[in-house]
Amino acid sequence: MNRECRAAYLGLVDYQEAYRLQKKLLAQRIGGGIPDTLLLLQHPPVITVGRRGARDNILAGSELLSREGISVFETDRGGDVTYHGPGQLVGYPILDLRQHGMDVHRTVHLYEEVIIRLISRYGLAGSRVPEYPGVWVGREKICAIGLGISKWVSFHGFALNVNTNLSHFGYITPCGITGRGVTSMSRLLGGEVAEAGVVENVIDVFGRTFDLEMRHEEFDPDFILQEVKSNGG
Amino acid sequence: MEVKLPFLAEGVESCTVSFWHVNEGDTVEEGDDLVEMQTSKAVFNVPSPCAGTISQIVAGEGDEVKVGDVICMMEE
Repeated sequence: MNRECRAAYLGLVDYQEAYRLQKKLLAQRIGGGIPDTLLLLQHPPVITVGRRGARDNILAGSELLSREGISVFETDRGGDVTYHGPGQLVGYPILDLRQHGMDVHRTVHLYEEVIIRLISRYGLAGSRVPEYPGVWVGREKICAIGLGISKWVSFHGFALNVNTNLSHFGYITPCGITGRGVTSMSRLLGGEVAEAGVVENVIDVFGRTFDLEMRHEEFDPDFILQEVKSNGG
Repeated sequence: MEVKLPFLAEGVESCTVSFWHVNEGDTVEEGDDLVEMQTSKAVFNVPSPCAGTISQIVAGEGDEVKVGDVICMMEE
């Protein structure tokens, strides 16, 4: 292992701010100014619609969503509709895929591998469903995956339900798939899961899966986001 | 010159055009995003193979395109 990857956990970050942050890091990674970077964070409640998504898969009316404080964004990742909220660990790997095999679907496969290995550390058996990206436990999805690539650098990523309020998934048809449910680590393990431990484990497993030496940094999100804001995105 | 849909992934023979980032007549740099494509699992922006001008867009939004098919024409 010789390549290095920065990893940072930013806590709770608004979806649009995190999107601008990703786009800034994407541009920096494309320019070679930064190494591979793994951003980990959580979002306040939000519904996002990927490129294959249909707004029909949002079941709740806009009035109900605004009363619940849930905004809706269309975004440039693969996949359909999903929900993000507190208790869900979101990972945005900004990787130069020219150094990781240059294969779009292999990258998705490796994100799935990271999550399968991670949850196995907690005694959970994750699996893939060939036609749908993501990680499943039985017939229920525990982690959604939606990837975007520009100049062979990745953005967007995965969303793992750790302690997520699963009732909010009732507002959508997750990933546009009917007849399959969603689950979380806490539901399967029968109690709240320590998020700091999951963060540490994700960083470790990610490094092993992508053959990267992980450097866990105390990133100052306010500083970077401030910079993003002052540059107008 | 012809710009063809590049290799995206093992086992992926075709994908769908989401939208063009550029219009006919636009000037681009090498590596600029030309068009956003969707596979069954991801969104991929096709980079421009060279600097030049987009002379013709061949693959329309919503079209299914095979790897190796011409997606647009460029003049260097």
